[in-house]
Amino acid sequence: MDYNLIVPFIPNLRRYARALVGDRDGADDLVQDTLERAVRKFHLWRPGDLRAWLFSIMHNVFVNQLKARKIPYAVDIDDIAIAAHVPTVTSVDVLDLQRSLLALAPEQREVVLLVALEDMTYSEVSTSLGIPIGTVMSRLSRGREKLRRAMSGEATRSGLRVVQ
Amino acid sequence: MTEEEDRMEYAEQNRLLRRQFDTILTEPIPARMYLKRPAWLDYARAASFIAIGLAIGLALPMLRPAPAPAPVVVNTTTLPIRAARAHLVYSPEVRHPVEVEAKDQEHLVKWLSKRLDMQLRIPVLSSEGFELLGGRLLPGNDGPVAQFMYQEATGKRLTLYVTRPHKGDTVTAFRFAQEGPVSVFYWIDRDCGYALSGDIDKPALARIATSVYKQLEP
Repeated sequence: MDYNLIVPFIPNLRRYARALVGDRDGADDLVQDTLERAVRKFHLWRPGDLRAWLFSIMHNVFVNQLKARKIPYAVDIDDIAIAAHVPTVTSVDVLDLQRSLLALAPEQREVVLLVALEDMTYSEVSTSLGIPIGTVMSRLSRGREKLRRAMSGEATRSGLRVVQ
Repeated sequence: MTEEEDRMEYAEQNRLLRRQFDTILTEPIPARMYLKRPAWLDYARAASFIAIGLAIGLALPMLRPAPAPAPVVVNTTTLPIRAARAHLVYSPEVRHPVEVEAKDQEHLVKWLSKRLDMQLRIPVLSSEGFELLGGRLLPGNDGPVAQFMYQEATGKRLTLYVTRPHKGDTVTAFRFAQEGPVSVFYWIDRDCGYALSGDIDKPALARIATSVYKQLEP
């Protein structure tokens, strides 16, 4: 039972947080809060999937942060764009992808990113986010589809084509 | 779209996302993420630190005349030792803790900057209850070193040891070392090696080290 057990996961948590939140400082704050909470709650962790446990803590912290900023976590209207932050990135390419990601509802963004970046299985995502597998699958497919449309929309506007 | 097209599309999404965000995996982890250690861990370790500290403290006089020179160690690891020794030597000084006092701060900065051949800055630690006493020049492994000393109202002292980087030094996040009774937080950035030493508890020292780090950030 040691902080050192958690340290190897910090890079993964940071990568995911950056994609989820959109800007560096906001993402690192999310990681920081997650680490602090993880350390406080470490006694509650039952030996098992430490990664999923850490991501579940990050999920809770993230949802709380959204609540504090009054940003809806889930949305019904499919096309509403939720930009939690203005991403501070430079390259146009990068900006487009980041913006497209932020067009997803946070609940969809989480599922898409856990699968795409962390290579998580449906069951791991289900553990991390505390939702049934069926919900994982529906959020994933809606998120994927929305990301596809956002990316091709961006691409048309900037004169680039997304490789199909 | 067919299922096959979907699969390809999603693989492409994964690829783009990974390409964009994978670089974060190799970014250095911000020092503050190492510093936020749980309080219970510090208490748990305090006991062992004290034991080790006592052991080292007791053994030190016997070890000192050891004739064999230590094997060449990477400078990153000797920095906290050198800093702690300098702290142990100068911080108990009653009459001459520093060569140049804080009231001559302008001269102090100019002088030490010239000797170290770099622009030095002296962090302000008043918010942590420590006031600058002054500084002195010390011999380092290969060149001059600056030591700044701070004092709290209770008389407790901290020293900040600033050295030019050596060949082979790499940028590090915060590291902690315990040298006898002295706790040291040290880090190396592109321009300098820094070590903050004091006989104070680790969380407090960590907090002050963070403040120093932030103030010295370019």
